[in-house]
Amino acid sequence: MSELKAGSATGPRSRPLSPHLQIYRPMLTMTMSIVHRITGAALYFGILLLAWWLVAAASGPNAYANVEWFMGTLIGRAVLFGYTFALLHHMLGGIRHLIWDTLHGMEPAERELLTIATLVGSISLTLVVWLVGYLAMGGPR
Amino acid sequence: MIGQQPNDMRTAARRVRGLGAARAGTRDFWHQRVTAVAGIPLSIALIVIVIALLGRSHAAVVQILGSPLVAIVMLLFILNSAYHMWIGMQEIILDYVHDDKYKFLSLMMNTFFVIAVGLACAFAILKLSFGV
Repeated sequence: MSELKAGSATGPRSRPLSPHLQIYRPMLTMTMSIVHRITGAALYFGILLLAWWLVAAASGPNAYANVEWFMGTLIGRAVLFGYTFALLHHMLGGIRHLIWDTLHGMEPAERELLTIATLVGSISLTLVVWLVGYLAMGGPR
Repeated sequence: MIGQQPNDMRTAARRVRGLGAARAGTRDFWHQRVTAVAGIPLSIALIVIVIALLGRSHAAVVQILGSPLVAIVMLLFILNSAYHMWIGMQEIILDYVHDDKYKFLSLMMNTFFVIAVGLACAFAILKLSFGV
């Protein structure tokens, strides 16, 4: 491999690698980058839930009862939980990107810290939101 | 060349530089950040509103969602999110769809979807606000 060293007279200079999935070893920052895009796409279609809820509320008690029934099922709860996580993760990931836009937090250790903070923050915030929602619903009866 | 004046000394590169794949320069980049910042308080407000409405009767939900402050915040969330997700999906499409036919078809579908879902939400909120 010595002939591949930068500036070697006998071999090609080692060039920067293209940031490609098959070339770069997966790292936390790039995983969270694609997760930001995935949560964004999930929220894109997830807004249909909000539209269904609002249109049903505007339509009348029967339509609204259907939404309430669906949200009460296991699948409905899971979708709503996923929506909550996607929203909070995308929000914290967005704040991380806004910090990077100001050219702060770009050092390796800072990047990792911001990335881990996004992950830990979004998971804990999701759990807090659901705990508050659970208590708002009346808590344990 | 389209729009080329006889004495125009600017090169083709000068006229297109910075316009990017969507032919709209850095406008979308900047607007995505503006709507991102606005989305932070609005998303928190949405979560608070939804939690406050959990388990309430339809009549109570209608009354709260239709009250001016809640309705205005919900409308802001909807309009801001619609624009933000329109730019975001456009960026995803431009990254992955390279065939012109499918690219412009999916860009068009993106616009239709965002306007339809945004208008549905906004109409519902306005109907709740103005009664009828």
